[in-house]
Amino acid sequence: MELRTLAIWIPLLPLLAAVLIGAIGLRGLRTRSHWLAIGGVAAALVLALLLFQRVRATPVAEAETTFNRPVQVYSWFRAGDTGERDWFNVEFRVDPLTSVMLLTVLSVSLLVVIYSTGYMRDHHGHPEYGYERFFAFLCLFVFSMCMLVLAGNFLLLYLGWELVGLSSYLLIGFYYQRPAAAAAAKKAFLVNRVGDFGFGLGILLIFYHFGRLEYGAVFEGVRNLSEGQITLIALLLFCGAVGKSAQLPLHVWLPDAMEGPTPVSALIHAATMVTAGVYMVARCSAIFTASHVAMTVVASVGAATALFAATVALAQYDMKRILAYSTCSQLGYMFLGLGVGAMPSAMFHLFTHAFFKALLFLGAGSIMHAMLGEIDIRRFGGLRRSLPRTYGTMLIGALALAGVPPLAGFWSKDEIVHAAWTTHPIFGVVASLTALLTAFYTFRMIFLAFHGDERLPQKVDHPHESGPAMRVPLMILSIGAIGAGFFGVPAGHGAFHHFLEPVLQGEHHDEGGRAVMVASAILSLVGIGAAWFVYGARRPEREPLESLNPVLFRTLHHRYYFDEFYDVAIVTPLRRLGRFCFGFDNYGINTLLALIAGVPKLIGFALKGLQRGAMQGYAMGMTIGMLALVGWLLWANA
Amino acid sequence: MVTPQSLMLIGAVLFFLGVIGFLTRRNLIIMFLSTEVMFQGVLLNLVGMGLLHRNLEGQVFGLFVLVIAAVEAGLGLAIVVMLFRRKGTLDAEAWSALQG
Repeated sequence: MELRTLAIWIPLLPLLAAVLIGAIGLRGLRTRSHWLAIGGVAAALVLALLLFQRVRATPVAEAETTFNRPVQVYSWFRAGDTGERDWFNVEFRVDPLTSVMLLTVLSVSLLVVIYSTGYMRDHHGHPEYGYERFFAFLCLFVFSMCMLVLAGNFLLLYLGWELVGLSSYLLIGFYYQRPAAAAAAKKAFLVNRVGDFGFGLGILLIFYHFGRLEYGAVFEGVRNLSEGQITLIALLLFCGAVGKSAQLPLHVWLPDAMEGPTPVSALIHAATMVTAGVYMVARCSAIFTASHVAMTVVASVGAATALFAATVALAQYDMKRILAYSTCSQLGYMFLGLGVGAMPSAMFHLFTHAFFKALLFLGAGSIMHAMLGEIDIRRFGGLRRSLPRTYGTMLIGALALAGVPPLAGFWSKDEIVHAAWTTHPIFGVVASLTALLTAFYTFRMIFLAFHGDERLPQKVDHPHESGPAMRVPLMILSIGAIGAGFFGVPAGHGAFHHFLEPVLQGEHHDEGGRAVMVASAILSLVGIGAAWFVYGARRPEREPLESLNPVLFRTLHHRYYFDEFYDVAIVTPLRRLGRFCFGFDNYGINTLLALIAGVPKLIGFALKGLQRGAMQGYAMGMTIGMLALVGWLLWANA
Repeated sequence: MVTPQSLMLIGAVLFFLGVIGFLTRRNLIIMFLSTEVMFQGVLLNLVGMGLLHRNLEGQVFGLFVLVIAAVEAGLGLAIVVMLFRRKGTLDAEAWSALQG
């Protein structure tokens, strides 16, 4: 197959599936809707594998020219009139970064789609309300993500960027009957708009400076700009990444997004969409590495978010929220990696994180299923015996997240920690501290949910392990969580890094790697040990931190009061302004209009008495008028 | 000797007789006849004007108006008949649905 055909069909297949399910899902397919979704995504995955093979087979000598030449799909529209350059094309860029992202996205998507066929059912095994809608949205998301990843210019990137935002909105609000879900969807969309505004400005600025938007041309032209201009562009683009990837201060939407169905949380809000910001920064590494300030900002925001979210996760009870903050924190790691110049390491962490975080979320979904929707870890415990398979797979995911060697998370996280230490000690300290906290909160969750005496919510009699549709994806993902790290061994020189080398501009950090590696492993084990000491051996009645320092605990539990602060500082004033504008329109302008409309009405009311309907009356009027006229004429001429 | 003044005077008298008739009677046919009387008054006026200016246009114009008046009388009577058929009365007060 031709490269162009391959590249076109990868996004097209999920889109076709989405459209077909949307068109005939309700009438014809109903409970069979998932077959189209599975088929579309699986076929796209096969094509992505072929594409990956093709990219890998590209000789090193030709790599740069091949990858910089976009795959033209069609000419979209033109603006201006100076010839060929004014056409905006739909064009794809096929290079190692793209193919790695495609593989990650599509493989996790496929597993999540399969998982959803089991998850989106009530406890009698009947499909939930909106079953076909769910799969249509999911396929729409896969299409959007493929477009985002494949885009060959900034315009198409923006299109994909907004499309994933839309799918995310639709899926968070999937249970739209629940006010909390509808509010969460709205919040996610609005918060993302804040970031996207900056992103859009960045793209406009790129167009202003270069007159075109193709990646190749823009990255070539970067060296002609001054550092100030580059910094501005990079920071504006980074705004978009901050919104999409839930970094400080726009992270508030991600925990609320957990109102969506759990497979959605796993796919969109852990494994793929939220990593779009990381992908974008890596893709624009030519722009970011040209500005020292921008790189520092990226690293600082990443480090701050990593530490902040990890501390918040310590004091949450909702399992999905713990995982959501963990996602925030891990995304912070990725940005820290990008910011300190370890672009391949950040992408590597993105890759491994997709597997183990999706695994953890799907595991949480499995528990939720067994607990009939209960997700508060205070309400259940000791599920190890009744849900052995879920326990096993989640334990693997937790070990990978905590960074225990030799699982996936260890290798990728260690690289970032190492790069952070070599750049600046502050980054190093934050990265290591976060690693320790990560291990601690992950195993706090595991110990509380699975260890100790069994306790169940009142409505659950005996929890049962979920069916094969949910179990098998968990197992496959556990294999990924164990094995994905080995693509990056030895650290910094693994197959993964060599594959990405032609497209990512980054530095290698070699010296002293082993010491950091050992330290990281010890830190994660210490974290797990501490969690065992506090939660594992005996289930504490109260949170130990709460008894130790109630103020700190409450602050953490309320997420540093970020939401409350935004509510007071932004949401309420804006809402007041909205209400004021509404009032002005409703009472001010509408009253004025009513007054103006009242004038002719009033005149009509005054004059309608003259209209009696009697013919003689009118004739009399005419006669008197005529006489008056004649009289006036005679008098005037006299 | 017929003078223009006498013609116009008779015309004016006829016209006002018509007006008074139209205003005071309620019978549709009488009212219609009154309008005809006004018409003839105007016609006499035309002839008188012609005489005053010593040309024939006034009289020719008068002839044309006479013909048109005949046609109009036919139409008007037909309308009155139709109105009568509708309400079974010739009272003009019966047709006052358009009051404001």
